[in-house]
Order: sequence, then structure tokens, then C-alpha cells
Amino acid sequence: MNIYQEELLDHYENPSNYGTLPNPDISHEEDNPLCGDQIRMDLLVEDDKIKEVRFCGHGCTISLAAASMLTEEIEGKTLDEVKQLTKDDILEMVGIPLGPVRIKCALLALKVLKAGAYGINCWPGEEDE
Amino acid sequence: MHTSEFRPLDVERIRKDFPIFATEPPLAFLDNAASTQTARPVVDAMDAYYDTYRSNIHRGIYRISEQATEEYERARERVARLINAPRTRQVIFTRNTTESINLVAYSWGNQNIREGDEIVLTVMEHHSNLVPWQLLAQRTGATLRFLEITDEGLLDFTQFRDLLTEKTKLVAMGHVSNVLGTINPIQSVIEAAHAVGAKVVVDAAQSVPHFHVDVQQLDCDFLAFSGHKMCGPTGIGVLYGKLELLEEMPPFLGGGSMIRAVERDVSTYADLPAKFEAGTPSIAEAIGLGHAADYITHANLAAIHVHEQELLKYAHHRLKEIEGITIYGPSAPHQKAGVISFNIAGIHPHDIAGMLDMHGVAIRAGHHCAQPLMKRLDVIATARASFYLYNTVEDVDRLYEGLCRTQKLMTRRRR
Repeated sequence: MNIYQEELLDHYENPSNYGTLPNPDISHEEDNPLCGDQIRMDLLVEDDKIKEVRFCGHGCTISLAAASMLTEEIEGKTLDEVKQLTKDDILEMVGIPLGPVRIKCALLALKVLKAGAYGINCWPGEEDE
Repeated sequence: MHTSEFRPLDVERIRKDFPIFATEPPLAFLDNAASTQTARPVVDAMDAYYDTYRSNIHRGIYRISEQATEEYERARERVARLINAPRTRQVIFTRNTTESINLVAYSWGNQNIREGDEIVLTVMEHHSNLVPWQLLAQRTGATLRFLEITDEGLLDFTQFRDLLTEKTKLVAMGHVSNVLGTINPIQSVIEAAHAVGAKVVVDAAQSVPHFHVDVQQLDCDFLAFSGHKMCGPTGIGVLYGKLELLEEMPPFLGGGSMIRAVERDVSTYADLPAKFEAGTPSIAEAIGLGHAADYITHANLAAIHVHEQELLKYAHHRLKEIEGITIYGPSAPHQKAGVISFNIAGIHPHDIAGMLDMHGVAIRAGHHCAQPLMKRLDVIATARASFYLYNTVEDVDRLYEGLCRTQKLMTRRRR
């Protein structure tokens, strides 16, 4: 399977929800020290639901495409529902096999989201380690 | 150069010593600045140790232990010959360049560096020749001063002369930049540093494997390099030091082998080199490194340098054709070793490396353990191809073709 398949490239080139929000309820930014990729996520929360989400930053195809896919996934969901998202959910969204280094690229956006919204400060999938 | 008669590399023959290239199409391995492939004779020498005389060195009163000791010490002689060390005991085996530099920073540094002293580094240093000095400065109250580079990636030598004062106690500098490929004028640096009474540590990780480095000609005080970047195994490195300095320095690590006599509260220490080799060393790896030193010497270091220069020139020539490419470092090949760092507008270096991998081309992408340099270049990361004696023009062609395909795929839908 080609790791740069169409859907991923589409998200990279035309990301959904790219940008910032003027008065976000939650705004958080993190980077991946391994490669310097950086993602910020802004959330507008109403009645415990994510009303609007934007992300921005710089990174490789996989980190930015995964961020774009994640924002599509969480818009309209409750904070509780979003909290249940796991590493495997992201990998399923990305839909291609990734080596140990590139997995962190894919998970950066979820890490930003969980750190910002719930104060969970570790890589998804490493919560129990 | 040291060798009397120049003969070009027989690359086809050399490649037979590296089974990893036996596939069709062969792996285009262009990440040699990170770590090179290990030559078959090196692995054979290590296998012979494991298969026929595996035992600990020193003090063993039986035949194979004596043989292991002999081979371990012969490896030291081989390495001493490679860098023209005056005495074999000036070659200390460590784990790698990083450990060698840390050894100097702790042992020599703690003894000689005081508050108010200055340590001069460059902005292009690898973290291994930066962080140990930061730690030393924090322990002692010394100050780090940084030599800047020109936009071409060359040292600003005028600034260097201004930086050197009677406060300068140490200059620590990479011989060749692992990112830019810049070959620093290390001989002039050493002369200027000695003129103000400063000692010089040369990080030779990117030079010793690629051209002849003569520690007596350079007159450097310390020189560090790694086995795994010169066709040798991982886990073995070298610190060379001037005899009078090494003899005055206190031990770095304490333990077995580095002692003469141990009492309950105090010990006296062994002579060089054992003083700095506490514990059972990497015996097989040292033996392997000795054979790697012979391997590159036999291949001919002058010819290796010429071969890499040709690949570098060819790579510059081809890569320049790519739209939106920025190549970092000096443009004159004689100021640059076989390292080519670049970025292509609009494509993240990780994507470049990821796509090249799908075409059997291995390069590195990232900050290359040189974050201050990335900041100076105003980039987050670069892609980097680096050459060694077994690389071919075809490897460069495949790099070029892979980059073209990457660019086509990544930019085709952009307006």
C-alpha cells in the first residue's frame, strides 16, 4: 500500500478547519520534539459539545492530514465522546500502515487535543506505560 | 595526503564487501553521515573473536584470553596508525564520539575550567559537541561563546580572532559539519587557539572516516570519532589526546581495569590508556574498529575523498535542476565534504525521506542533532544525503529521480 495515498494528500493540500478561532474556549499547542512538527488547536465549546474547531501549524503530510481528519471527526461531538478517541481510531482514519517514527506524526493532533481539553499530557497509546 | 601513489577506488569491488547492496535494485544508502554500513572483513574479525577466542581481556591466565588481549591492543595500534598518533597509549577506546567528548568535558574540564573562563564553539556544532560544554559551563561558571557562520555556511574567521582572548581556555569544533558538509580550516583554528593558550577539541566524527587526518600535523589537543561512521561497528569510539594532558587528567569513570591498587578509601590509578577504560570494554567492537581502520586505509583515504567529491559535484549538478530546491552549505566543493542538505519548497523533509524510502533510497530528514544551526538557517529541518566509498553515480541518479517523483506527487494539484 502506498503511504501517500490520495485521501491523505487531499487532506494535506486542502485541510479541513485550517486556521484559528478569535475567542476559543480551549486553545492548545504542542510540538513533536523528534521532528519539530507543531500543531495548535482551537475549540469553541457549547453545551459540552464541540461547536467549532480549527487547527494550524506546520508539519509533514501525515501530521497535517491526520489533524485535518481529526477536526472533521470531532466537530459536533460531545467532550465525553471525544475523550474516548484512541490511537487506534486515528490510525484507522489515516488508513495506512505507519512505522514507529511516523506514528507520532499521525498522533500529534490527538495529543494536542487531549492535552488542551483534558490535560492528558502523554502520547495517545502510552497512557498506561 | 599521506599515501604515495594515487589509485582510484574500485567501487564495484568494494560493494562486494557489503552484502546489503546485493539486492536488485540495490539499496541506495545515502545516510552515511548518521552511520555507515559495516564492511564484511570487519564483521568477520568480530565473528572470529566470538567463534574462536571469546574471553575477557587482561589478566586472563589462559591462551584465548591472551589472544583477546593481543587483538584488543592490536586494534589500538591500528587506530593509532590511522590518525598518526605518536604513541599507541594516546588512543582511548570509548563508546562513541559523544562519550569521548564527555570524557574531556568531565575529566579535563572539571580540572581546568574556572568561573569566568570562556569556551569557544560554533553554531554548527552537533549536540554532542555542544551539550557537554553547556553542562561544564553550568558546573563551573564558565561562559560559552559562539562563532557564527556566513550565509554560505563557512566560519567567520575574522570574528573568530575577535572571540579569542586570554579568557579563552578551550575551543571545541567539528572538523566537518554533519549538516552543511563544511570542512572547517581546523589547522588555522588550532594555531590561532594555541596562540592565546587555549586547548582544542576536534570533533572528527565526520572527517576521520572520509579523508586522512593526522593528529601530529594538526597539533590538536584532543580528537574524537566513532567506529560506526567508518565501516565499523556501533558501540566503539575513540578519544585521542596529547600525552601530557591525558597523564595529568583524573579518571572519568571508576571501576575495574582502571586501577593500580585499591584500598578501602583510596585508589591509585592505572597508566594510560587503562586509566580511562574502566570496566570490560567493547572487545569485539574494538577489534572490529581496528579492522575498519585498516579497511579504509587499504581502500585509500585519498581516493575515498576524491570519490566523494565527484559524487558531491554530480549531486549538486543534478539537484540544482529541481525547481524550488535550496541547497545549504558551501558551493565550492573543496570546502565541502560528501554531505548535501537541502529543502524543496512546499514539501516537508520528512515527506521527502518517506517517499524516497518507497523507491529504495535512504536519506535522513530532521534537525540532524544541530538545532542551533537549524535556527541560524531559519529552517525547522532539512533533508540530507551523505556519501561514502560504496556509493555510486546511480545512487545519485535514483535520489534525483525519487525527488522528481516526490515533487510531482506533492505539487500536482496545487494552483
